[in-house]
Amino acid sequence: MQTFISTLIDGLSLGSLYALVALGYSMVYGIAKMLNFAHGDVIMVGIYVLFVALGAMGTSPLMLTIAALIMIVFCALLGFTIEKLAYKPLRAASPLSVLITAIGVSYLLQNLALLIFGSRQQKVPTYFHLGSIYIGGVQIELLSLLILAVTIVVMILLSIFINKTKLGSAMLAVSEDKGAAQLMGINVNATISLTFVIGSALAGVGALLYAAKMPWVGPYTGSVFGIKAFAAAVFGGIGSIPGAMIGGVLIGIIEAMMNVFLPDVLSNASDGFAYLVLIIMLVIKPTGLLGRKHVEKV
Amino acid sequence: MAMLETKNLGISFGGLRAVDEFNLTVERGQLYGLIGPNGAGKTTVFNLLTGVYAPTTGGFFLEGKSLAGKTPLEINRCGIARTFQNIRLFKEMSVIDNVKVGLHNAANYSIFDGLFMLPRYAREEKELQTRARELLDVFGLDGERDYLASNLPYGKQRKLEIARALATSPKLLLLDEPAAGMNPQETAELMETICFVRDHFDMTILLIEHDMKLVSGICEQVTVLNFGTTLAQGQTAEVLADPRVVRAYLGE
Repeated sequence: MQTFISTLIDGLSLGSLYALVALGYSMVYGIAKMLNFAHGDVIMVGIYVLFVALGAMGTSPLMLTIAALIMIVFCALLGFTIEKLAYKPLRAASPLSVLITAIGVSYLLQNLALLIFGSRQQKVPTYFHLGSIYIGGVQIELLSLLILAVTIVVMILLSIFINKTKLGSAMLAVSEDKGAAQLMGINVNATISLTFVIGSALAGVGALLYAAKMPWVGPYTGSVFGIKAFAAAVFGGIGSIPGAMIGGVLIGIIEAMMNVFLPDVLSNASDGFAYLVLIIMLVIKPTGLLGRKHVEKV
Repeated sequence: MAMLETKNLGISFGGLRAVDEFNLTVERGQLYGLIGPNGAGKTTVFNLLTGVYAPTTGGFFLEGKSLAGKTPLEINRCGIARTFQNIRLFKEMSVIDNVKVGLHNAANYSIFDGLFMLPRYAREEKELQTRARELLDVFGLDGERDYLASNLPYGKQRKLEIARALATSPKLLLLDEPAAGMNPQETAELMETICFVRDHFDMTILLIEHDMKLVSGICEQVTVLNFGTTLAQGQTAEVLADPRVVRAYLGE
């Protein structure tokens, strides 16, 4: 039972990370109708920025705050720039061209990292010095709780933003019908840019928490993590914001549980089993947990 | 000065001249009809006037200001709003949110005001809520304001589209077949609504319609399009009695 609870909390915190990143995939898909495969690499860039900034400034709380802010802003700007330079010119192109471009941007970022930092994994200095606490005999890492708490706050802010503000409702309108939205006075290009900025800033927050949990970074750190977050977005129903949150958390919990409770021989393949669950789920409900099916009337 | 004036407006798709030498003057406060057989180019004219297509020849002017070549967004902000032949509401949003999307240009608060629910946000949103409800009330939709737009019956969806277009505070309202798919009673109601909108909002309205009862009932002037060219233009009763117009609709 104790193992179960601590694994559950572990899974929740891992899942929160997936959820933060899955949101970026899902929002961009919902609004720009494209899969931004470079999204995972934004996290990698974020961790490298953090690595450099912390290396230069040290990890005192003040410096950490500054470094984290720099990193998140950097990620947001990176997302904005990628959209502006790579995707916006392809607004009218076929979805396949955009998809290939996104994969291209992903490789570009990875290779830039390879060029600058080499292929060796770098150790990010530890910056959250948190221990663990015992509640009823269960050992709980404070870091896991911090990740969970930050994610919940971010999700609440995002929900307020989407559902209660004019820019949020502009995003919903654009995701439904770009043409009509434009004719109702919504600036579609600005709305898409904003989506990339928000998604990438969330990836920045994800990078900050990810590197606290797994303090190693290499050029491919983001893409491996990103693919899982993408799977989480699909699991929850891509395009749906609550779907991305739930999908991320569930994938995290499934993965953590598989790691602990599968027999040793199989637990090495826990990722594979996580995907197996995804496949079964999609066979049963192809639109994902909260995805909506659009029925065309004929 | 005329509210809307088009001068030799035209567009070709490849070799097809979809609209050719289209000239039209709509005065402020007028209710103007654009009619013609299927495929005559009526919706294409609307698409030109709202910037969905850029004209290949000629231009058009809203209160003397040239708008040809501007984007749909710019044209909307200059004061032209429209509805669609096939309803294009934001179906997954609530009725009131559809109207609010149209109103949002008028809202003046920053991301931070919204995110942290600062007083300015609360004030502006309250104002929007009031205005949205007033608009819905005009169309008898206030009771259904929290429904999803897709759950409204057909006739009410058409009305909501008009309300949403009005929310962007246009000077000129374009209605693309507002009575399509309506039964006679709904059409009669719609005619009242359109006249009310014209008087209440001091609106200029250009509408495409196949329902001749609606056109002869409320439009002061009409233009008839046939194969992209203007067949007849003038007072509604006279134009509808024109043998050429009858022939275009019914054949020889």
